Amino acid sequence: MATLQTRATARIMMSPAVILLFLWMIVPLVMTLYFSFLRYNLLMPGTEEYIGFLNYQYFLTDPAFFTALANTLILVGGTLLITVIGGILLALVLDQPFFGQGIVRLLVIAPFFVMPTVSALVWKNMLMHPVNGLFAWIARLFGFQPIDWFAQMPLFSIILIVAWQWLPFATLILLTALQSLDGEQKEAAEMDGAGAISRFIYLVLPHLSRAITVVILIQTIFLLSVFAEILVTTNGGPGIQTTNITYLIYMQALLQFDVGGASAGGIVAVVLANIVAFFLIRLIGKNLER
Amino acid sequence: MGSITLEKVSKSFGTTSVIPEIDLEINDGEFVVFVGPSGCGKSTLLRMIAGLEDLSGGRIIIDGKDMSSEAPAKRGLSMVFQSYALYPHMTVYGNIAFPLKMDGQEKSAIDKKVKDAAHILNLTNYLDRRPGQLSGGQRQRVAIGRAIVRQPKAFLFDEPLSNLDAALRGNMRLEISDLHHQLKTTMIYVTHDQVEAMTMADKIVVLNAGRIEQVGSPMELYRSPKNVFVAGFIGSPRMNLIEGAEAAKHNATTLGVRPEHIRISATEGAWTGKVGVTEHLGSDTFIHTQVDGIGQVTVRTDGDFDTKHGQPIFLTPDPARLHRFGADGQVI
Repeated sequence: MATLQTRATARIMMSPAVILLFLWMIVPLVMTLYFSFLRYNLLMPGTEEYIGFLNYQYFLTDPAFFTALANTLILVGGTLLITVIGGILLALVLDQPFFGQGIVRLLVIAPFFVMPTVSALVWKNMLMHPVNGLFAWIARLFGFQPIDWFAQMPLFSIILIVAWQWLPFATLILLTALQSLDGEQKEAAEMDGAGAISRFIYLVLPHLSRAITVVILIQTIFLLSVFAEILVTTNGGPGIQTTNITYLIYMQALLQFDVGGASAGGIVAVVLANIVAFFLIRLIGKNLER
Repeated sequence: MGSITLEKVSKSFGTTSVIPEIDLEINDGEFVVFVGPSGCGKSTLLRMIAGLEDLSGGRIIIDGKDMSSEAPAKRGLSMVFQSYALYPHMTVYGNIAFPLKMDGQEKSAIDKKVKDAAHILNLTNYLDRRPGQLSGGQRQRVAIGRAIVRQPKAFLFDEPLSNLDAALRGNMRLEISDLHHQLKTTMIYVTHDQVEAMTMADKIVVLNAGRIEQVGSPMELYRSPKNVFVAGFIGSPRMNLIEGAEAAKHNATTLGVRPEHIRISATEGAWTGKVGVTEHLGSDTFIHTQVDGIGQVTVRTDGDFDTKHGQPIFLTPDPARLHRFGADGQVI
């Protein structure tokens, strides 16, 4: 791209893709914005009219909104905690040479290929079911009262399912980062008298910091919009104990047929995601610069 | 305080034996260089002394104590790696202080030692930088700094200069030699570069396929190589190794004569030949000649000697400095 002409050509050649992507983004966004200022309920067709910020007012003052917001943050935070810590531990284990390493690595990665709905169903009916579930069977084996996961600790159950799905992703990224750690550095630390724990704290963890930030960033993007797991297992319940923002918007739109209110919720979610992204990018920018 | 003795040390990976059996005595304060072609086991031997590689047999005795199965950190040795192996997220200060910190020393003591080391190595102005912001030579010095703060019984160097460019390598060679005179600590240095070995060592250990071919001071190895391998490996340009009729005339299978021990003349001499490629280095001239009945012979002469490609030439080897080797490759 040296000359003016090649630069102009490059722009022209790129423009269809850029324009398409831009439209793909802007049309739904503008339509959502537009709907969010309308009274637009599918149960009352033909009554659409401009109502200003009323939809936003209703959505933001809805007590369910704050519960949903808290649930969303707990869900994201809890899952990140489990996947990052678990991912580091698993990556450390998988980095060791042992018999059947290839197979085990494949098995560890497998959950990532399972669809969210399917994995949620498997967890709900085969593992966490209070009567037929594997966990209940194990509990009874030891003479304990089986836990009714989705009734007693619904949000934690959802976090477990989501974490199970995302653990392979974290493990994979962290494992590759771990493998890129220079062997001579480890040996140097060993000669310098650092034990296994010191080596982990002073050498491995700083080396992994970039990978960890990448894991956190990417997972947060996807975890803010967890939906299928909730729909399949708890339907946001009991009450609204497992309702996150995404699910709340879904209820507005498709259970109450309030398109206007749901659109307002969607815009709120976009703003929230951007706030989260802003802080994340700052955190990561610092970490990636090094 | 740093004598190291290897007793029947051997190493094998699975069924392949890398180092058959080695006995070696390294005295306190000596600068010992392990030299040999790549894959001769010199790095493995060094790593075994360091404790980074297990022994398959034999004993390593450091300062009279058997350290064969001791952990690397307990042996009191420090090592400078080929890639320097600096900790990239720590500053130069952090890197040099790391072994002391792991040793659990007090902050003020650490500070003093790090500053002293930095002073010796001219790193005082760089203590806040990270390794990524340093040049190759500076990184090398940080790695050495990290090694000296522990006041080890011996330093181990694993091809430390091979990542530097030629000019810097010359400088660092001097600096390391200087350091050895300052600290008077035992140093074991691994290299494949015979120039490094010749210039720095008190004692050179020539290794080939895991075996010690010869041990001696640089000039001993230069003057009286024990076998064809050492003869060919030490000295630059390589010793001319002549086989066939000419060697038989001197009752040997292989006749060795160094390029600098051949007199070259345009008019008279023992051997006649033709000039091939001439390399002018300024101070010296290397002339590759094709000698009748013998083959390729390299001659080293002074810088002003002028020849043309294809010109007939006469060579006379110095009879006092001929090396004669028998059929087994050993000197006669």
